[in-house]
Amino acid sequence: MHFDAFDRYHEKESFVHRLDPRVKAVITILFILSNALLPDGAWIALLFAWMFLLAANVLSSLGIFYTLKNSLIALPFALIAVTVLFSTPGKPVYSFFVFSSHFVVSDAAIVRFVSILIRSWLSVQMAILLVAVTRFPDLIHALEHLRVPVILTTIIAFLYRYLFVLVDEVYRLIRAREARSASLHGHRAGGGIFWRARVTGSMTGQLFLRSYERSDRVYNAMISRGYAGHLYTLNPHEMKPGDYFTLAFSIALIFILQLIGRL
Amino acid sequence: MHYSQIPMHIPDNFLSLMVSIIGWIVTAVTLRFAISKTNKSLGEKQIPLMGVMAAFIFAAQMINFPVLGGTSGHLLGGALAAIVLGPWAGMLVMTAVIAVQALLFQDGGLVVMGANILNMGLITSAVGYGLYRGMYEQSKPLKLAVIGFAAWLSVMTAALLTSLQIWLSGNAELRIILPAMLFVHTFIGIGEALVTVAAVSFIMQTRPDLLGEGSESASASRNWAWVGGAIALAVVLFSPLASADPDGLERVAIDLGFIGIAADAPYQIIPDYTVPFLGETFISTIVAGVIGVIVVAAVMILIGRGLKVKSSKP
Repeated sequence: MHFDAFDRYHEKESFVHRLDPRVKAVITILFILSNALLPDGAWIALLFAWMFLLAANVLSSLGIFYTLKNSLIALPFALIAVTVLFSTPGKPVYSFFVFSSHFVVSDAAIVRFVSILIRSWLSVQMAILLVAVTRFPDLIHALEHLRVPVILTTIIAFLYRYLFVLVDEVYRLIRAREARSASLHGHRAGGGIFWRARVTGSMTGQLFLRSYERSDRVYNAMISRGYAGHLYTLNPHEMKPGDYFTLAFSIALIFILQLIGRL
Repeated sequence: MHYSQIPMHIPDNFLSLMVSIIGWIVTAVTLRFAISKTNKSLGEKQIPLMGVMAAFIFAAQMINFPVLGGTSGHLLGGALAAIVLGPWAGMLVMTAVIAVQALLFQDGGLVVMGANILNMGLITSAVGYGLYRGMYEQSKPLKLAVIGFAAWLSVMTAALLTSLQIWLSGNAELRIILPAMLFVHTFIGIGEALVTVAAVSFIMQTRPDLLGEGSESASASRNWAWVGGAIALAVVLFSPLASADPDGLERVAIDLGFIGIAADAPYQIIPDYTVPFLGETFISTIVAGVIGVIVVAAVMILIGRGLKVKSSKP
């Protein structure tokens, strides 16, 4: 497996790709916060938020509907949002009984339900765009600049760096399990759920031991290369005038978006 | 990469802003504490150790096993991480895992990440380690049984907290979300328990020396046992009560004003046609929120003091 097997980065030459990762991270967070602040049923503001997102898509030359195509990932949780339908008071539109419980769907509930889905969907798309236009190590570095404790960012950086190594290890374990799981046609191989869970647990324990020993070797290798508790980077990450301008412009747009939502 | 989602990673905009912010505050304070603790016990070795261990938890979540009717179970890892690495290191490792899930795979939101870390990383580690620590000197079968219960309970606690947060955000009725979440996670928790027990017993057989590492001093571990026991007791008592009479809980929350604080805050920040960010309601909401946080913190400190006195006596 290649080291960047998990990266969602899309190599492109574009304005957004060249922006400082800090700017991209801050705009993404502000955009999501702004979505959270919009009142229910502020359709025009949500439409403008979507335009903002589409513009960002275009500016990163990934294609205008790039994030739309990749945004179905958040769908499973929409199931939980269904409960919103029954928990907002308002003018009843529809009601039904399940197990002697009375459920009422009100007009306000429908507005709220749709608003939450749209807001959540826009937010996910922005997060998708962020990792598509920023290399993950750069993003981690940006978080460090944004005052996330160094130890956390370093653990995340290590997690990212060694994930593909350990996933290879997982594939080896799974391959070994499959190689030993022959069965006659029509007969089920292996034991019940407890037996299966025990096999999985032993694999997990094995993976733990291999990872633990690997972390020892990594530590020794780092020590022998002069590691003294700090990681250094050659990437200076300097904010250029264009970065400041883009940041200010985006903040202004998001602010206007909020005003539109309130009028 | 195949990796099945479990309905616990809250996406953005499913929690109100106030609940998200409180989640971040609790998480940040706990993490600060965890960082200073691990700094003392592990030193410079902690970075490679915890980094690779975070990758381990992430990778271990990919080892799935068929459960029933085409569904498959896999590890969440909070309890396991705390048992093999110690509670504070376990928390940091789980935080990194949840952060990467949110940042790289959009599994869980960014603004609500504080709440997600609290639910799936901090509480699971505390419950898992606390109960395990309480049984440290017992026989192996008893220890494994308690580990299984701790793993199951860690998942249930996370589900309970998740549903409470969504409810406080005004996005679900307790009588719907609480039974639904607890029911689904009863089974997810059983998978978690089985895999955690099998993994720990495997490590006990092959490298028992590793399980002592990252352990705390006698008094600290007794505190952990108390914390774990207290959370366990609270969940075990609270869940059935709340499931049986969610309306009662709702009434209590309304009386105390929690629902108002949590659910209405975001929509008050820029009230209609008033100067943004300076509205009276906003400031009063913030003040109410701050008072709430102080009360919670004071209760926690008092409980902590009480536990310390108790545990240092014998």
